[in-house]
Amino acid sequence: MRALLIRDLTLALRAGGGFGLGLAFFLIVTVLVPFSVGPQAELLQLIAPGVLWLGALLACLLSLDRLLALDFEDGTLDLLLTAPLPLEGALSVKALAHWLTTGLPLVLAAPVLGVLLNLAPAGYLWLVVSLAVGTPALSVIGCFGAALTVGIKRGGLLLSLLVLPLYVPTLIFGAEVARRGAGGQEVATPLLMLAGITCAVIALMPFASAAVLRMGLR
Amino acid sequence: MSIWSYANPVKFLTLSARVQPVLWVLSMACVATGLIWGFFGTPQDYRQGATVKIIYLHVPAALMAINAWFMMLVASLIWLIRRHHVSALAAKAAAPVGVVMTVIALLTGAIWGQPMWGTWWAWDPRLTSFLILFLFYLGYIALWEAIEDPDTAADLTSVLCLVGSVFAVLSRYAVQFWNQGLHQGTSVPVATGGRSVDDVFFYPLVICMIGFGLLFVALVFYRTGTEIRLRRAAALRARAGRAA
Amino acid sequence: MMPDLGKYAVEVLSAYAVSLLLLAVLVLWTLRRGRTARATLDAAEKEAGRHG
Repeated sequence: MRALLIRDLTLALRAGGGFGLGLAFFLIVTVLVPFSVGPQAELLQLIAPGVLWLGALLACLLSLDRLLALDFEDGTLDLLLTAPLPLEGALSVKALAHWLTTGLPLVLAAPVLGVLLNLAPAGYLWLVVSLAVGTPALSVIGCFGAALTVGIKRGGLLLSLLVLPLYVPTLIFGAEVARRGAGGQEVATPLLMLAGITCAVIALMPFASAAVLRMGLR
Repeated sequence: MSIWSYANPVKFLTLSARVQPVLWVLSMACVATGLIWGFFGTPQDYRQGATVKIIYLHVPAALMAINAWFMMLVASLIWLIRRHHVSALAAKAAAPVGVVMTVIALLTGAIWGQPMWGTWWAWDPRLTSFLILFLFYLGYIALWEAIEDPDTAADLTSVLCLVGSVFAVLSRYAVQFWNQGLHQGTSVPVATGGRSVDDVFFYPLVICMIGFGLLFVALVFYRTGTEIRLRRAAALRARAGRAA
Repeated sequence: MMPDLGKYAVEVLSAYAVSLLLLAVLVLWTLRRGRTARATLDAAEKEAGRHG
């Protein structure tokens, strides 16, 4: 399991662009927002938490089709199917690797981009906390979407259509935490809900992903 | 004789051919009666004026939009557990009907909302949930279309339907938390046995709901038959191609 | 025979028009597809009969 994790991490870091792409996308989205809504500082401050959450979510989505597609093409998935390691575990590890290479950098970059959008000072802490709690769920749910579409040619767009509705609850609670944090209100309820979703998804989703992958590759 | 004998496509088609005429006539009769009664025979609401007549389309469509998804969920479970092809095809056949019902509910809601709330659209929990449901339908249908092997497609869409149901319910609560809405409570709360609609409006509404429900069943029967025939034709073609 | 719809006539009528139109399209599309499917199956069965 550890070998698989290390393999995925090194591949992501080495495979030219896979690692930095999500971050660059996040940056560009954030930069484009003031161009589209205007440079008023108060307006930007108001929408900053939501925009940052949406940007992180889209950046995460962008890298999903690489999650399993490359392994499908070079035959690694077939090996994983017959490996002694349960497929559920392998997929959890792959989701973890995806989070480490995509979600974690996004969490760390978010405060820097918050400056660009004039985020309220109180909001930084809760933005980082909400992203740190929420992005693992995005990776795990995305893994399910990637497993669904793995055998389909040009499945990228379909993947987005399937995964985005599943992201709704996470986005709502995550952005709510960041928004309330920026406004100085209490954040406990949405944060607990967000953490609940993440835990449930981490616990249950790999079973669905593995089942789907077995059906798809049969 | 158990209900599972209808998992045999031939038996299903025979049953379907026998009940369909009845279903079509009954559903058309109910929809027509309910709508005509509602449109011509009910008074105006003292606050909402004539717009109350939209309820005879809006509520039944919304009801069937949710029930269609629920039926797909049950059919998907049956396919996953007992692997009856008819069940998977019935789920596939129901999805476009559900989409149309969702669109009707959303459109009539928008038309109703404009004079009553002063806006076509509000990010109200109920409205938002329906929009999300619409997205789930689109994803489900797109996945069916994308996969070539029919059994794999049935498998994957079934799992998507299960997972989607969980997330649809989750979204419902998330959205409720996110924004308290304008929409009034449910019109016909079955669980409590009460009702928030006056008798004058209630009877035509119930007839419309029954009519929409029967129409849904008739459409699903017909469409499932279509899917079975297409599947059989494809199988025959494949066999002929192999023999040639 | 037309009931008096007051100032909301446009809304009510358009709601009915849109919904009935959508339902009609759904039913007609379904029937059309069903008829094509029947024809396809008949053709395939005839062909299979000739070969088999």
